[in-house]
Amino acid sequence: MANHLLSIILLTPLVGLLVLFCVPSSNKQALRLVANVAGLCGFLISLPLVFRFDRTIVGYQFLEDVDWIPFLGVRYHLGLDGISLLLVMLTTLTGFLAILSSWNAIHDRLKMYYSMLLLLQIGMIGVFLSLDFFLFYVFWEIVLVPMYFLIGLWGGPRKLYAALKFFLYTLTGSVLMLIAMLVLYFQHHAQFGVYTFDIEKLLQLSMPLATQQWVFWLLFIAFSIKVPMFPFHTWLPDAHTEAPTAGSLILAAVLLKMGTYGFVRFSLPLLPDAASTAVIVQVVVGLSLLGILYGAFVSLVQKDWKKLVAYSSVSHLGFCTLGIFALNPNGISGSILQQINHGISTGMLFLIVGVVYERRHTREISDYGGLAHVMPKFATVFAFAMLSSAGLPLLNGFVGEFTILQGAFERNPWWAVVGVLGIVFGAAYLLWLFQRTMLGQITHKENLRLPDLSLRELVVFAPLIAWALWIGIYPKPYFDVLEAPVMRIVERVQPGVYPAPDALRTVEVANQ
Amino acid sequence: MSEFYTALDNLALLPAILLGVFGCAIFLLDIFSFPAVRTKHRLAWVVVAAEAVVSLTLYSQYAHLQRTGESAINAFHGMLSIDGFALFFNAMFVVAAVLTAMVSPRYLDEEGEQRGEYYGLILLAQCGMFFLAATTELVTLFVGLELMALTFYVLVGFLARDRRSNEAAMKYFVLGSFSSAFLAYGFSMLYGLAGSTRMADIVTAVSARPMGDPLLLAAVAGTLVGVLFKLGVAPFHMWVPDIYEGAPTPVTAYLSVASKAAAVAMLLRLFEGPFAASRELWEPMLAVAALLTIAVGNLAALGQTSVKRLLAYSSVGHAGYILLGLVAGNETGIKGAILYAFIYTFMNLGAFLVLIALHRRGVRGESIEELVGLSRSNGPAAIAMMIFLISLAGIPPTAGFLAKYYIFLALIQTQHYTLAVVAVVFVAVAIYYYFRVIRAMFVQEPEELPILRMGYGLRVAFAASVAGTLGIGVFAEPFVRLVGMSLLR
Repeated sequence: MANHLLSIILLTPLVGLLVLFCVPSSNKQALRLVANVAGLCGFLISLPLVFRFDRTIVGYQFLEDVDWIPFLGVRYHLGLDGISLLLVMLTTLTGFLAILSSWNAIHDRLKMYYSMLLLLQIGMIGVFLSLDFFLFYVFWEIVLVPMYFLIGLWGGPRKLYAALKFFLYTLTGSVLMLIAMLVLYFQHHAQFGVYTFDIEKLLQLSMPLATQQWVFWLLFIAFSIKVPMFPFHTWLPDAHTEAPTAGSLILAAVLLKMGTYGFVRFSLPLLPDAASTAVIVQVVVGLSLLGILYGAFVSLVQKDWKKLVAYSSVSHLGFCTLGIFALNPNGISGSILQQINHGISTGMLFLIVGVVYERRHTREISDYGGLAHVMPKFATVFAFAMLSSAGLPLLNGFVGEFTILQGAFERNPWWAVVGVLGIVFGAAYLLWLFQRTMLGQITHKENLRLPDLSLRELVVFAPLIAWALWIGIYPKPYFDVLEAPVMRIVERVQPGVYPAPDALRTVEVANQ
Repeated sequence: MSEFYTALDNLALLPAILLGVFGCAIFLLDIFSFPAVRTKHRLAWVVVAAEAVVSLTLYSQYAHLQRTGESAINAFHGMLSIDGFALFFNAMFVVAAVLTAMVSPRYLDEEGEQRGEYYGLILLAQCGMFFLAATTELVTLFVGLELMALTFYVLVGFLARDRRSNEAAMKYFVLGSFSSAFLAYGFSMLYGLAGSTRMADIVTAVSARPMGDPLLLAAVAGTLVGVLFKLGVAPFHMWVPDIYEGAPTPVTAYLSVASKAAAVAMLLRLFEGPFAASRELWEPMLAVAALLTIAVGNLAALGQTSVKRLLAYSSVGHAGYILLGLVAGNETGIKGAILYAFIYTFMNLGAFLVLIALHRRGVRGESIEELVGLSRSNGPAAIAMMIFLISLAGIPPTAGFLAKYYIFLALIQTQHYTLAVVAVVFVAVAIYYYFRVIRAMFVQEPEELPILRMGYGLRVAFAASVAGTLGIGVFAEPFVRLVGMSLLR
């Protein structure tokens, strides 16, 4: 049993899904209960990963490796390193919180709703655990269908448009990824005579720069659409705005991370020469910086609360890609931590919009104002989420952004300058949002009787707040976990520039 | 037995003989055993029984190959060649024919056209397909093709009181004959080249010719037009939407999977056989035709309001992907084309099943609007339809992904990067129209709920199609291996 921990984590939502199918659709309470229990189990079962994770191991652990389609060299190969550990934990936690937060928000077609959330969970966990490119691709595509339905069925007024746009954008990217994947597959066969999609084995490839660049751009389109980077971001505001709260939460917290994870797991280590080419670095960093500023500026002028948070995602994800393409240890580990941070902070911000939307059914910022008087607990949570997103020291956002900027500064001080500007504007639109919605006098009398957060809602926020504080106050365990995998990537893209820390080197010697 | 007709010949021809005999027997049973209209649906079970016997003979052929270790049963002095390829395609035809027969009775009842010869014709069409997959001689091939085509002309026009059905049959007949003439013309050139109609002889004659030889060009062009017409490839795809729309839906389903698979078999037999040496001549033509087909099929499907027409155009698009497998031309590509045809059988038949179930007297059940709200009135059917559509769109973990994947695999392997990128981009286009149907079923709010009528046969067919579509996707290995075996020479 213990050797199949990853498979168990991957299949827990599936078990929940099957149980859910057996519950009659009319029994709404039972459906809710089953789905919440499945979500909670999914989270609890993933907890042993944290305790049993051995950070001294360089490479992957909890490995599982079985033939799937031997004819094609496709394997069911799962494994976990520090990067995927953090993202899997983020997935299982937010997956559960998404289910929990929908208790009162969704009344229609509950069975399908919860089964889509659970199916989504399988796809996302699979993406972060796959060590086989083909398997990765399968899970990557599985994610699309439930998300389409989450937006299309339970979304806002323009849900059909948003759902299809999301689907088409991501699919276009991913089919191009398929081609890149096949090129690597045949390159490996040409060089070693073996057909495989195994990521570790593909790492041995040595390809000419031109080929690497082609493959890089194909993968770049796929991943940058998913992230989304400027100028491929246009699906995001639509999808976020129209999606139900749980959908936005998962979209922001996990789905976007699939793109950045793709850069870290595939683009950088597999194509090190291409990824460190000056042109490519400049283009990607340029787009990241543009995204940071553009996202922040557009957020400043939004009238729609949820759209504001959506555009802030574009800005924050710009930091993540900036960090990755700084190509140094600080940049990459900061970026991964910032991905987790963004999941926590922006996830909370979307939940917050969801809370007021459930009560008032409007997302216009001007419909609110002075809510702090009637909903003090809510205002406190919002203030916390806002400050964590704006990067206040001692909260999670600060640690991530600071490390990224440190990494960017090492490469080119001007990148850091633009990045800092982004933080300033970020603080501006968030504080202004808080001011317009929470402070001042109550301008609409409908807002006079809004109920404050219920216990269930507080339970949804509590783990996120705790996590944000933990990262903000004591981030060392995170950097420890990330050190080995990040150093491995940096060693690939900039060999010999950054000496491996002593602790890791001794482990490697011991392994030999 | 004389030296002209051996026991081995007998074994090779047995499935065709059985199909012919059972087909004609059904014509007689129709008159003598089931004279009353309400009993005629039992003839569907005769078809199933016939297919069971045919499967047995196919299996005994397979067992013979296994026992002797030979790669093919060559019968009638090389006119028939029962190899893995022929057996695999024939197994596909059996699946398609059984499923079609099982879902037809209720449809014909609703139309008031329950006539026995329908079931016999299904078998006779399959008899023609048998030859397309198994023959290595041009005249036999042509006769097989005409047998299949003629029965389909009748089947397409089977709704005698329905104008669209009649019109479709007439169109199909005229255009089909026209294309057959092209094929015959191409074949006559080949005969002129080689002085023989056996593919084995033609191979040597063709490879001896220089590439720019006008005679060879005429032979290739004529044959290509004939075959591409049957396959519904642009620019010879014009007949597809009208005939698919006009034909009775079970016939459309049968036509779209079995007739298409038979055309693929014919294409591979001809272009991997006699024409293999002149690949440089036809590969660019096929590449252009394939891209054009993918573009035309997928773009035209975008605006359709009838699901039947939408599936017709999408089937044009799919034919383009199958062609790309041949354009790639290596072993992976050929395997990909065969696998594609095989997987297409399940997913496309499945998609038509929903339309068949939706059909009632006075209700066509063909437009997208009529599917609105299906998820509320019949959840399982809506989910099944969604699986078929997602598979047609090529999204994992369904079988349709594996089919497309194989084609892309072959294209990249043979370094047709441009073709691969264009083909891949149209996958995204296809998503748009498949999801229009999914949206109708799940998202749009219905005014009145669509009613599905599911008989026993339809349920079984549904289950089989879903099992095929998902099963091949998840447990791909045995099927891929099977396709690999079909290519052993």
